[in-house]
Amino acid sequence: MNGTTDKVVRLGSGAGYSGDRIEPAVDLAASGRIDYLCFECLAERTIAIAQGRRQRDPDAGFDILLEERLRAVLPACHANGVKIISNMGAANPLAAARVAARIAGELGLHDLTVAAVLGDDVLPEVAGSTLPLTETGERVDDLGDRLVSANAYLGIEKVVEALAGGADIVLTGRIGDPALFLAPLVYEFGWRDDDWTLLGRGTIVGHLLECAGQLTGGYFADPGYKDVPDLARLGFPIAEVSTDGSAVLTKLAGSGGRLTVATCKEQLLYEIQDPAAYPQADVVADIRSVRFEEIAPDRVRVTGGDGAPRPAKLKVSLGYRGDFIGEGQMSYAGPNAVARAQLALDIVRERLEPLIDPANLRFDMIGVNSVDRTAPGDIQPTEVRIRVAGRTPDSRLAHRIGSEVEALYTNGPAGGGGAFVSTREVIAVVSTMIDRDQVAPRLHYERVP
Amino acid sequence: MNLSELAHVRTGDKGDTSQISVIAFDEADYPLLAEQVTPERVRAHLRLRDCAIQRYELPGLGALNFVIGGALEGGVTRSLAIDPHGKTLGSQLLSLAIPGRINANNE
Repeated sequence: MNGTTDKVVRLGSGAGYSGDRIEPAVDLAASGRIDYLCFECLAERTIAIAQGRRQRDPDAGFDILLEERLRAVLPACHANGVKIISNMGAANPLAAARVAARIAGELGLHDLTVAAVLGDDVLPEVAGSTLPLTETGERVDDLGDRLVSANAYLGIEKVVEALAGGADIVLTGRIGDPALFLAPLVYEFGWRDDDWTLLGRGTIVGHLLECAGQLTGGYFADPGYKDVPDLARLGFPIAEVSTDGSAVLTKLAGSGGRLTVATCKEQLLYEIQDPAAYPQADVVADIRSVRFEEIAPDRVRVTGGDGAPRPAKLKVSLGYRGDFIGEGQMSYAGPNAVARAQLALDIVRERLEPLIDPANLRFDMIGVNSVDRTAPGDIQPTEVRIRVAGRTPDSRLAHRIGSEVEALYTNGPAGGGGAFVSTREVIAVVSTMIDRDQVAPRLHYERVP
Repeated sequence: MNLSELAHVRTGDKGDTSQISVIAFDEADYPLLAEQVTPERVRAHLRLRDCAIQRYELPGLGALNFVIGGALEGGVTRSLAIDPHGKTLGSQLLSLAIPGRINANNE
């Protein structure tokens, strides 16, 4: 380890998903006294959809909010020396870096370096291969020409190298979400790439931050049980990380939300399967020994956590064109609403079942049984909304599903209202594992003079 | 009382697998949580039928982590459900009855 032992690195979390709110990140850049602002914006399916945009336009395929986000945060980041790390490069980090450099120039900023991390796209290496699909046991070549994207989950290596190379903005494609936060810690503290405990702890800090507002009271409030003040002005989290991988989690004074041991526990366990083994490209993190302690209002110390050697292979996320899903909805109200809704569903079922395999059709009453698996069958709300959804490879047949619901206006029970019809192509995601030597990450720099 | 008086939950998903954390408001209640919120009771309450349910125990955090395979009708990219992520599942678990304690105890 280099550096002094009392050094603290301040990480801010600027987004928890691609469509996240922008203002909290601007506040962190302006007044958070942070060193890094990291944006996690790339859900599994997002990159497959972005790959489709890139195929239509070679200069596209990065996050569609990249420009808006950078324009909002760059002035404050530049003024305060805050470096930006994000997977907003999506399916085209190179084009994203060029856009970032152009925006910086247009904003009148100078002396700025943008790095793109390339090489997560392994479609040529993977397409047509016999690699097994983790979820289904089928093989990659079974997807045929429906396969649209294949991206390896990279680790921190090239992000750390970019920071050492002077990058102010690092844009990646597919990379493990926590790696966006682990990379600056490894760079700043000089953690060894086989110090599994520190890499595990840094990964846990990244995991706590990667969903932004979900650590500070977002997705937490349950009135009377778990109250959260001023959610409309929810502030995003900051981690003040020490060289031993412990951290203090906090948020801007005056921002909305709440950061407590309870919000931290919910986020720690979020989307974790085996708490002993949270596999990432750089380390397998172990959250079992993590402990939280509230040391002041909206300040929680996180200690503990461990790690084990990184997996031999890298996970690859594969996007492919699936079926079309058609859907229709209609509302009923007043006395006997549920009976009329049931009649409506029965009519649509009789019209659709000769056309579409019943196993690929679903009939719901929203307000009665659409999501609640525990509800008794006999509740009688005074309003109910029917929903019919179905899956088929034929887009016209998919559209027919919504049309049959809409047709209830003149061909169904009394008093239906508010028809809604949609058809969409499903981009589905599966995964496989590949050898590390099949993935060759590399850097590209854009300089703003 | 219901589980909602004893614990809070958050639900996540990965493919066709749902993940529900159940966290005691008061870590001292963890033994009751561990005794009452069993995979069998979760299966019955949420009508999970054939799903593979794994329960991980985190006594140091006062929490349980349920990993439920096959819960999401093929997963978010395939499911016809209105909540394909199954994000509402955890809240539904909060109505699980917890015998053995009468007094309501929010946080």
